[in-house]
Amino acid sequence: MTDPDATPIAGLPTLPLDRPRLTIAKRAGRHGIASRLLRDPVAIVSGLVLIAIVGSACAAPWLGLDDPYRTSMLRRLMPVGSPGHLLGTDELGRDMAARLILGGRASLLLGVMPVAIAFFVGTSIGLFAGYVGGRINMAIMRTLDVFYAFPSVLLAVAIAGALGPGMNNSIIALTLVFVPQVVRVAESVTTQVRKLDYIDAARMSGAGALSIIRVHVLGNVLGPVFVYATGLVSVCLILGSGLSFLGLGVKPPEPEWGLMLNTLRSAIYREPWVAALPGVMIFATSIAFNLLADSVRSAMDVRR
Amino acid sequence: MLAYFLKRLLYTIPIALGVTLISFILVYIAPGDPLNAIAPPDATADVIAALKTQYGLDRPLPVRYGLWLMRAVQGDLGASIASGRPVASEVGAAVGNTLVLAGVAALVGVLMGCVLGALAGYDAGGVVDRIATVLSVVGVSVPHYWLGLVLTIVFSVKLGWLPAMGAGPGGSAEWTWDIEHLRHLVLPAATLAVIPMGIVTRTVRALVAETLQQEFVVALRARGLGSVAIFRHVAWNASPTVLAVAGLQVGYLMGGSILVETVFAWPGTGFLLNTAIFQRDIPLLQGIILVLCLFFVALNLVVDLVQPLIDPRMARA
Repeated sequence: MTDPDATPIAGLPTLPLDRPRLTIAKRAGRHGIASRLLRDPVAIVSGLVLIAIVGSACAAPWLGLDDPYRTSMLRRLMPVGSPGHLLGTDELGRDMAARLILGGRASLLLGVMPVAIAFFVGTSIGLFAGYVGGRINMAIMRTLDVFYAFPSVLLAVAIAGALGPGMNNSIIALTLVFVPQVVRVAESVTTQVRKLDYIDAARMSGAGALSIIRVHVLGNVLGPVFVYATGLVSVCLILGSGLSFLGLGVKPPEPEWGLMLNTLRSAIYREPWVAALPGVMIFATSIAFNLLADSVRSAMDVRR
Repeated sequence: MLAYFLKRLLYTIPIALGVTLISFILVYIAPGDPLNAIAPPDATADVIAALKTQYGLDRPLPVRYGLWLMRAVQGDLGASIASGRPVASEVGAAVGNTLVLAGVAALVGVLMGCVLGALAGYDAGGVVDRIATVLSVVGVSVPHYWLGLVLTIVFSVKLGWLPAMGAGPGGSAEWTWDIEHLRHLVLPAATLAVIPMGIVTRTVRALVAETLQQEFVVALRARGLGSVAIFRHVAWNASPTVLAVAGLQVGYLMGGSILVETVFAWPGTGFLLNTAIFQRDIPLLQGIILVLCLFFVALNLVVDLVQPLIDPRMARA
C-alpha cells in the first residue's frame, strides 16, 4: 500500500490536521479488534474450525489421502469407520474423507468468491451513488430495488438456471444476488458520512472528489460493509452448495459438498450417515462463519 | 396516511415492471439460440426465417418485450418447450402446492420464533435466552436441504413414521386437507419452518428485551398493571417489525422451497423449476420466476400497507 500522505490533494497544501490522526486511529482500532477477538472464546473456536477446514482443503494433495476420483464397484458405500476408509465410501466406491476434504475447495470458493466480488463491486457502486447523491443516486438505488424484489434463492437459481450449469455461472449468479445488498449498505453509510462537517472542510480546502472518497469516506464505509459482508459468507456458502445440490454448480466427478449430497441421496436407505456427511461439512463451515461474523461485529462495535 | 398508501401503491408499479423485465431478459442470457429449441435440426433457411417471423424473433428487443408483457398481463405466458402445454396452467397447478407448503411452514416457523423470542427476551441473559440464541444461530446456519435429508433419514428410514417423498399417497400431485396428505406435509414443512424460526426468534428477542427496558414499561408497572397487560403492550410494540420480518420470510420461503421441494419431491414450483432447468425449458423457467416474484412483490406491498395501520408513525417516515 502506498502512503496516503504522499499524494497531494488538488494542488493545495494538505491540512495536517486530520489525516495523520486518521491513520493512528485506524491502527489503534485494528489492534483493538484483534485483541478483543482473541479474548472471545466463540471467535477462537469458530476461527480454529475454519482454519482446519480451509487449511485441509488447501493442503489436500499433501495429506496422503486416497485418490478422490478412483472408483471401485467392490468398495461401494462402505460405512463410517471402515478400515482404510475412515469416513466410508460413496456410491461409486470413492473415499469419502478424501472427497470431503478436497470438496471444500469448490464449496469454499462458491461461498467466499461471490461475496468478495460483491464486496468490491458493491462498495464501489455504493460509494459512488452515496457520494454523488441527488438524482443519480435515486436512479441507481431504485434500479437495485428491482433486484430486491427477488427472493435471493430464486434469483440465484433463475440466473444460474438460464446461464446453464457450471462453477463460473454459479459464481456470477451469486455475485448478482449479493451486489445490490452490499450497495445498499455502502450507500447508506456513505450518505451519512458525506453530510459530516469534516467532508465540507476537506472540500473547502480544495480536495477533489476522488481524494475525499479515498482518504475521508472509504475508511468509514469499509468497516460496516465488511461486517455486513462477513455475515453474507455463510448465506452464500449454503446457497452455492445448494446450486450444486440442484446440479447447477460444480459438475461431476468433481467433489463438492452440495453435489455430493445430491449424488448420495439415493444411498440414504443403505448408508444414511455416509450420505449425510457432506451436509455436516456445509453446516460446520456455515455456523463457524456465522459465529465468527457475530464476534467480528461485536468486536468492531466501538460503542460497547 | 392516504398519501402514504397511494405512494406505496404507485411505487409497486415500476418494481413490478422491473421484475417482468428481468424475467424477460432471462431468456436472452441463456446460451444458445432460442430458435434451436423450436426448429428441427435439419430446418432450411426459409423455415427458420418463417419461424423467426412467427415467434416475432425478427423484431427488436423492446418490441418483443412489449408484446410479451401484453400477453403476460392477459395470463398467456407462452407454451412449455418440453410438454407443449401452456406455462400458465403448469405454474398455476404447482403454485397451489408451494403455497400450502410455504404457508404452513411460515405459520409454524413464525409462531415458534415469536414464542421462543419472547421467552428469551423476558429472560435476557438467562438459560432460556442462551438456548434460544443457539437455536436461532443453528436455524440460520443450517443448509435446509441437508436438514431435510437428515429428517428423512431419522423419521422415514430409521423410524418409519412418516413418508419421505411426494405430497400424497401414490405420488398424488393434488393437494387435499386429509390425514394422508398431512402426513406427507410434516417433514418438508418442519424443514422449511426452521429458516423463519431462526430469524424471527432473533428479531423478537431483541425487540422484547429492548421494549422491556423502556420507561413506559416502568410507568405501566408503577400504575399497577399486571404482567399480562404489560405483555400486551410489549407485543403491540413489537408487532410492526415482526410483521415486516415475517412477511419477508414468507416470500423467501416461496423461493427457498425450491431446494426443499427437490429433496422431498414435493410437486410445487421448486420441483417444476428444477425440471424446467434440466430440460432447458426456458419459457417455463421464465413463467415460474415471474409468478413467484410478483407474488413476493404483492406480499411486500401488503406488509407495507398493514404496518402503518398498527403504527401510524411508519406512514410519516
